[in-house]
Amino acid sequence: MKTTIAHLKRGEKGIIKDIPIDIIPVKLFEMGCLPGNEVELLQVAPFKDPLYLNINGSFLSIRRETALLIEVEKINETPEI
Amino acid sequence: MILTNKQIKVALIGNPNTGKTSVFNQLTGLNQKVGNYPGITVEKKEGICKLSRGVKAHILDLPGTYSLNATSLDENVVIELLLNKNGKDYPDVAVVITDVENLKRNLLLFTQIKDLKLPTILVINMADRMDRKGISLDIESLEQKLNTRIALVSSRKGTGIDKIKELILDYRSLSTEPCVNASAIDQPYFENLQNAFPEHELYKLWLVITQDANFVELNRHAVPVPDTSSFNTKSRSELKRLQQREAIHRYQFINGTLKEGYKTDIHAAKGLRATLDRILTHKVWGYVIFFAILLLMFQAIFKWSEYPMDFIDQSFASLSEWAKNVLPAGVFTNLIAEGLIPGIGGVVIFIPQIAFLFLFISILEESGYMSRVVFLMDKGMRRFGLSGKSVVPLISGAACAIPAVMATRNIESWKERLITILVTPFMTCSARLPVYLIIIALVIPDERFMGLNYQGLMLMALYLIGFIAAVGSAYILHKLLKTRTRSFFVVEMPNYKIPLFKNVAITVVEKTKSFVFGAGKIILAISIILWFLASNGPSERFDNAEQIITERHQGENLSEGELDTEIASYQLENSYIGIVGKAIEPVIQPLGYDWKIGIALVSSFAAREVFVGTLATIYSVGSEEEGTIKNRMAKETNPQTGGKLFNLASGVSLLLFYAFAMQCMSTLAIVKRETNSWKWPMIQLVFMSAIAYVTALIAYQVLK
Repeated sequence: MKTTIAHLKRGEKGIIKDIPIDIIPVKLFEMGCLPGNEVELLQVAPFKDPLYLNINGSFLSIRRETALLIEVEKINETPEI
Repeated sequence: MILTNKQIKVALIGNPNTGKTSVFNQLTGLNQKVGNYPGITVEKKEGICKLSRGVKAHILDLPGTYSLNATSLDENVVIELLLNKNGKDYPDVAVVITDVENLKRNLLLFTQIKDLKLPTILVINMADRMDRKGISLDIESLEQKLNTRIALVSSRKGTGIDKIKELILDYRSLSTEPCVNASAIDQPYFENLQNAFPEHELYKLWLVITQDANFVELNRHAVPVPDTSSFNTKSRSELKRLQQREAIHRYQFINGTLKEGYKTDIHAAKGLRATLDRILTHKVWGYVIFFAILLLMFQAIFKWSEYPMDFIDQSFASLSEWAKNVLPAGVFTNLIAEGLIPGIGGVVIFIPQIAFLFLFISILEESGYMSRVVFLMDKGMRRFGLSGKSVVPLISGAACAIPAVMATRNIESWKERLITILVTPFMTCSARLPVYLIIIALVIPDERFMGLNYQGLMLMALYLIGFIAAVGSAYILHKLLKTRTRSFFVVEMPNYKIPLFKNVAITVVEKTKSFVFGAGKIILAISIILWFLASNGPSERFDNAEQIITERHQGENLSEGELDTEIASYQLENSYIGIVGKAIEPVIQPLGYDWKIGIALVSSFAAREVFVGTLATIYSVGSEEEGTIKNRMAKETNPQTGGKLFNLASGVSLLLFYAFAMQCMSTLAIVKRETNSWKWPMIQLVFMSAIAYVTALIAYQVLK
């Protein structure tokens, strides 16, 4: 299973790998959600939705359904198990 | 060159949350007016700014937008305006407002505007936060790279505003060269495009093509653009890929530019934001705080505004009395004293509630808190087709639907906004309360069941019914309404800021003005018509009421006051409204009402609370004191059954009727204004009345 933004835990960071362009709104990549950029999960709303992110210096919240589409590579700041 | 007669046309453009409105307020002061763009309900703010040497600038504050790819009606306005070179609003110079803390993202829009080959000024706002955030700028380097002139501004402190004025005055010397070469993302495609339409600007052509791919249709009549549908060499997904490449291309340029001109000391950063977010979006405290704020808002609209409203009510009553005494008796005086003055009073009476609500809302918006509300409430509201922001109008609707409907302006998605507007009037507003209280007192026993008072339970049930009707119909509308624009949820979480008093004050004044001069006209007109119908009648019985009643009660030794109330009752019965009330009797009989209630139903269309007063007149009760009216109503018998007219069945039927019916012309007027057509208020009127009728009918027939 691929890792997406929705799989990050609070405070975890990742690098955006792949975005399904056809279904992701233009607005999102204009806000900096582009491959190669860093994303940090800041906060999760009750019922796990929506998610509050820092993408490339922009603070925004998106729904879980959108977050599940954006593939990331976790930045491991804790030692690997 | 002297430009004394000509105003320089300036458009303020920028992302939301960059302090664009503050800059606009600084430039124009109170010298501004707020209207609508023709045909749509997007706010159009314009104002005049005095430059120097007698030159004035006409400033247009365009809706906030993240880029030139529209995803909402508001953003579409910006694009249509900038694509239409011959339009009357087409600017001489564009002023792009950015926030120094979000410069990277804000510059994306700037580079797009530059591609339109407009003279463009860059305003870097919130300069007062630079020290705290450890940001330093090399203005000269930025100006050179971005091919523009820069004004470093703090709209909060009012610094740098003169620099903007200076640059506007000198707009002819600004560069119109782009700073990014957008066509580099697909050279052959853009060359072909230019060759196909040689007389048009390349970037505008690209915008026209991609706009259609974005699902927001351009108004072809408003924008003189070529028909690009023949130029169909790319599929939608290829176009989107190109758009992504365009965004990457622009960000590469911006990153390169900022590397030299923008320094930030990370250690100085880290602020209040994280701490506040942890509390305000907390899964328990977040809700506790939000509901505490809602409670405070509700108190203000419901309770605090009572004092100014009572004052307004009494002032207009005295004014009406005074006019009647001073002016010579006659039809014209009656029109002024009984039609016009109370009609205006009926508009002014809403001002305290509107002012209070918008005081709160603009503080919540300005501070950045509203985005956190959306974050907290989105999941719960989404399934009903509502926005996280719909909570505020819905709760305010429990005080009064009029300010509540106006408060929906902040909801970005048109569908979510429309649903909120349509369902808000179901919430139990304060005008329903007098009707509920008197009928509950009349038909629900004042007894306790397991320590709970039946009357209290009934009142609570009515509030609950209103709320369920609101979210229930929202859910149905959500399933029924189809929109062309796809809505997705990408919400910026702006920095927390202390609201600027000036911005809050201007919002409150503007909202109040737009109610008084927008919906006020309709309310005044309808209330004068209703007054006319209640105080005139077609037959001699109406004209000779005084004589008829005096003769009828001869020898009964009635006091003058008693006689007057008898006359008033007889007149109302024979007025046009009385005739309508009688005419609808067959229709409302199955609900358990007689023609007298019919008259009260018709006249309470002006405002629900009129119901009680009308019954008082028709039962010729001299005072409006509740106890007296109640006693009189309790005695009323139903001519058909011989039993009491107000019994449990007819009482519950009336309560349900008032819970659902759209008995409020002021709400209809404001819905007309906010949706810009009579279509939606009429649909609301028909459907709500139908639901009211059916539920009241069922209740009466079952309980009878």
